[in-house]
Amino acid sequence: MQAFVDQLIREGYFPGLPKEIIYLGAMLLAALVVLSFFVAPLAGITSWLERRVWARMQSRVGPNRVGPQGILQWLADGIKNLLKEDIIPSAADKWLFVLAPYIVFVGFLATFVVIPFGSQLIVADLNIGIFYLLAVTSLVVVGILMAGWASNNKWSLLGGMRSAAQIVSYEIPAGLAVLTIIFVAGTMSMQGIIKAQGWAPWDWFLFYNPFTFVAFFLYFTAALAEGNRTPFDIPEAESELVAGYVTEYSGMRFLFFFFAEWGNLYVIGAIATTLFLGGWQVPPVTDNPVLIGVLQFMVFFLKAYFWVFVAMWVRGTLPRVRVDQLMSACWKYLVPLSFVSLLGTAAWMVLYPKGNRLASFGMFLMGVAILLLFFKRVNYQIRHSRPEIYWKPYI
Amino acid sequence: MSTLVEYVGNVAETVTTIFEGMAITFSHFVRRPMTIQYPDRIEKPVQEMLPLRYRGILEVDLDICTGCLACERVCPITCITIGIEMNKETKQRSFSHFDIDICKCMYCGLCAEICPTGSIRHSQEFEGACYNPAGLVRHFVTEPVPLYKPKKGGETDAKMITKVELGLKYLDEFATPEEKVGGAGAEEG
Repeated sequence: MQAFVDQLIREGYFPGLPKEIIYLGAMLLAALVVLSFFVAPLAGITSWLERRVWARMQSRVGPNRVGPQGILQWLADGIKNLLKEDIIPSAADKWLFVLAPYIVFVGFLATFVVIPFGSQLIVADLNIGIFYLLAVTSLVVVGILMAGWASNNKWSLLGGMRSAAQIVSYEIPAGLAVLTIIFVAGTMSMQGIIKAQGWAPWDWFLFYNPFTFVAFFLYFTAALAEGNRTPFDIPEAESELVAGYVTEYSGMRFLFFFFAEWGNLYVIGAIATTLFLGGWQVPPVTDNPVLIGVLQFMVFFLKAYFWVFVAMWVRGTLPRVRVDQLMSACWKYLVPLSFVSLLGTAAWMVLYPKGNRLASFGMFLMGVAILLLFFKRVNYQIRHSRPEIYWKPYI
Repeated sequence: MSTLVEYVGNVAETVTTIFEGMAITFSHFVRRPMTIQYPDRIEKPVQEMLPLRYRGILEVDLDICTGCLACERVCPITCITIGIEMNKETKQRSFSHFDIDICKCMYCGLCAEICPTGSIRHSQEFEGACYNPAGLVRHFVTEPVPLYKPKKGGETDAKMITKVELGLKYLDEFATPEEKVGGAGAEEG
């Protein structure tokens, strides 16, 4: 991105303007483009898709009336929330109450700076990319705690406190799982991590050794908890806390929290794809740079979106955990296991400094075997309950 | 040592149960949703899908109504009003009005149970929405209708036979006392 702007300056597109002003303009323009043409539709369509996926898992239909198959439902919801009255409780801390949704949103949107959609398509390839991501996503907890405190409501405060405890705890297994990959890749740059992998599944870090395979699931679990997703959604547990830290919010401010949540889902998928699933790596099929760029974007997008789908699927499957279960799951299970995977990978790198292709291929075959076993179980479930079969994804 | 076994066992149980749970929810993608998309996206009207015992809005077949007033008396909220007049010359009794106020009706089914010919019964109709409460009062008599008298040797008129049989069939399905047939009532006893 910076190189592109520098080239424009050299070619004399902005005569006489100071460099800083041009950079500022480019930054704002990039943020605007990313926000309005990528993040907003993505979060919206994710919200619609989640409701449809969830509905099918519960033998329902879901929103299918607005537009073809209800795909414009998110626009209708957005317009409805824009037109609603913006209520600020009289006892609330007004400034913090107003500020909180934006802080949550900034914490989520700033991650898009380092997400690599293609070998050329990245806003800034920071050399501490993944470290920056961990730091910036922690900003969300400030916003949530702020929302909980400023609402002056016991449910909100409890939700905010729970969220803070949860995010701070789950940072550790997530960070350790990420560190496993940093060991293997030898770099914290997002592009560097992707370049250390290949397009073939057995070249991905997911199958590098058994420990990174475990680390992937540890990362995904911890990331779901950090994103306040079911089964770790105790900060907004509706059966206990009404709506947690968003209880007092209404209209567009309310929507901002959910905007961040659904967008965050994609960020989780994108990070998992970058670290473990080979990112934008595509097989060498064409020399056309534009075509390669499009292909890379598609591959990256689909890989990342698959994990968004898995998050919806988990949400439709697992019940919410209790607070004590949440903490014991993190400190007694995820943290020790992530240390095991970290030390195991370190030992593996001492044993095989150049990696072990045979073991990677074996891990890949094991992954395929797990997938086959999974579809065998699905087949068993279908045959066992003898339902009315309906293959179409829509109704 | 046993603690370690328990620890590993917990991890294994978590992984396998989540795996199985995910398989169950995934299998729902090829199952047909239960939802009936009333009112527009359905193959046939919901009224035709409902069972015979469904307690919809009451209807009366005046052709087989004997005018015994049993339903009017048994109704706990008196939503049924029946008027019977006698023609002085022909000694013929006939209905002057037979109204059921659907606003009041609570669908208890006592009237349909007690009716000797099964002429008053719950229909499959349930769409009662109306701009005015008065529109929910069902008037079954537009011009005086003579009362039905069961004939000693059974019906002869083919049209009446089907009506009487329909009424008795409804009574069998809906209002047969517990000791006569099996089914839900018998199981409770």
